[in-house]
Amino acid sequence: MTDPNNVLVRVENLKKYFPITGGLFGRVVGAIKAVDGITFEIKKGETLGLVGESGCGKSTTGRAILQLHRPTAGKVFFEGVDLTSLSREELRRMRPKMQMIFQDPYASLNPRHSVGKIVGEPLVIHNLMSGNALKERVAELLLLVGLNPAYMRRYPHEFSGGQRQRIGIARALSLNPSFIVCDEPISALDVSIQAQVVNLLQDLQEQLGLTYLFIAHDLSMVKHISHRIAVMYLGKIMELADRNDLFDDPLHPYTQSLISAVPTPVPKLERVRQRFILTGDPPSPANPPAGCVFHTRCPLAVEECRTLVPEYREIRPGHYVACHLADEAGSSKIITEVIPLSV
Amino acid sequence: MPTILEVNNLVTRFYTLDGVVHAVNGVSFHLEEGETLAIVGESGSGKSVTMMSILGLIPSPPGKIESGEAYLYDGYERRDLLKMSDAELREIRGGQIGFVFQDPISSLNPVLTIGEQIAESLVRHLGLSREEARDRTIELLDLVGIPDPKARYRNYPHQFSGGMRQRVMIAIAIACGPKIVIADEPTTALDVTIQAQIVELFLRLQKELGMAIIWITHDLAVVSGLADRVLVMYGGRVAEVAPVDDLYEQPRHPYTVGLLGALPRLDSRESRRLVSIQGAPPDLLIPLKHCPFAWRCEYAFDRCWEEIPTLQPAGLNRKVACFYDLERGKPRHD
Repeated sequence: MTDPNNVLVRVENLKKYFPITGGLFGRVVGAIKAVDGITFEIKKGETLGLVGESGCGKSTTGRAILQLHRPTAGKVFFEGVDLTSLSREELRRMRPKMQMIFQDPYASLNPRHSVGKIVGEPLVIHNLMSGNALKERVAELLLLVGLNPAYMRRYPHEFSGGQRQRIGIARALSLNPSFIVCDEPISALDVSIQAQVVNLLQDLQEQLGLTYLFIAHDLSMVKHISHRIAVMYLGKIMELADRNDLFDDPLHPYTQSLISAVPTPVPKLERVRQRFILTGDPPSPANPPAGCVFHTRCPLAVEECRTLVPEYREIRPGHYVACHLADEAGSSKIITEVIPLSV
Repeated sequence: MPTILEVNNLVTRFYTLDGVVHAVNGVSFHLEEGETLAIVGESGSGKSVTMMSILGLIPSPPGKIESGEAYLYDGYERRDLLKMSDAELREIRGGQIGFVFQDPISSLNPVLTIGEQIAESLVRHLGLSREEARDRTIELLDLVGIPDPKARYRNYPHQFSGGMRQRVMIAIAIACGPKIVIADEPTTALDVTIQAQIVELFLRLQKELGMAIIWITHDLAVVSGLADRVLVMYGGRVAEVAPVDDLYEQPRHPYTVGLLGALPRLDSRESRRLVSIQGAPPDLLIPLKHCPFAWRCEYAFDRCWEEIPTLQPAGLNRKVACFYDLERGKPRHD
């Protein structure tokens, strides 16, 4: 384990099940196992990338860490305090330290509030500032995210997607948080604007010493921004490693196929690249397969994978994987070269 | 290869309450038999409106095709799609030109079975009997990789996953043996592993059936492995068109350079800072008298603010609409 003083967030065996109700009286007939027992740490000042396909539970994980969804089981330690054991009031006092940036910059800003009100609201709610001090702080925040402080009196509809996302970031920063969950913050933006927002997030991290959980489905962008990356599939973490370790030597067959499916903007590379294309779709989280949840799509699956849940373990320093076929020496590869490095 | 589609100087505008949206401002390009042309642009670049105009799918009002030609070639004959009646266009759509949209769930009829929706087009365009159409539909479902096609014939759209629905849309698009398939962001709503499946399917179908493909996308990475040529659009105009390798290796328009620089690279261990293009795309409500990219362009000089650059030849099989010669590092003389 890493130095405990350096850990900001520690997630232990976190589970979040959503009930499925049915029948005339709305009885609970099952559960969607959105997050099903995951364990990891986020170090101070780092960006942990969380990738996976839709429905894998990555957004639920982000929300469960911030206690926006109360977890079904497991613990979340923030600066050593177990958030799952706190009352609503105790949580409220913790909230300024942990904030969130949302995917949709259109839906996450109240259209009837001015930008000044949106960005300043957290400060008002927590009774931290009012009057001129509040106005000054909002102006400072807008400058920090690259917006003109005069925009304070304008409304969200007057801004483009990229500018709205900057407003969302300013709001998240207003309480001086140390930890921010970024839930697909750039997915709704155009390519040329994505780069602006990612650069801003990186600059702010450096300037303010922020720690990010960066949730996204775009593997290239996650690789770009993250120090370490966790790969989720059907509510479980399949693999977690340093960025370059994960891409140079992905140990889990799912990670390998995921990386091999990502196109690169290099036509010559694309023409010669080996791909392993997974067949079929992910199973439903309401009825996950027995054994390893990936065995139904895994080309390497053996009998053991169908019956026994693989242990999520640290196979090399800092490289965690949940696969029966992985060992210290590495693992079986479904293709020999997952991502050839171009010159 | 002979040209199969030729679009000249297409102008499409929308007359809205807020004013006139100048969506497409003089777009010209051609498509050759059997090739894949990728049309790349961000939201509001006019890439989808261009295709909708050609297919006669622009709602009017508010939309209006102001000028231009879109010739569909059939051997030595050519017909202008923009001058056809609605009835003629209905014959072309789903007949000689198939199309696939981004969102399969809103393109499929929820109360008809998948089989009925594919068979409908076969009966309508090819005049097959119901039995013939049914057999052909099952063949098509098999061709696009839907397992157990006989049973799936009777299923409804909600019983299919997103990737499977997109396969159904592709089956409808290729049902009548089209010469052209227009795919508008066909993989954007899909997960990356499913996206790879659909790209592979398109490549296989093109090899087997030989149709030309126009692939509209915002993602330069997706099309790098499947396009023969790439056309980059900005502000309702063509910025640059070039063979795929040339475009990625030596982009000639500053906007293309910016787009490529904004992409993080999976094939690199170093994490360089992304190049961001400052500012935002032009407001299409304002008719421009200068280059639409000028205020975001680091190379812009006097002339860029005085006139609109037209598409000019810039090397073998490529054209660029820019007054600055990136290759020589100085303004172009023409």
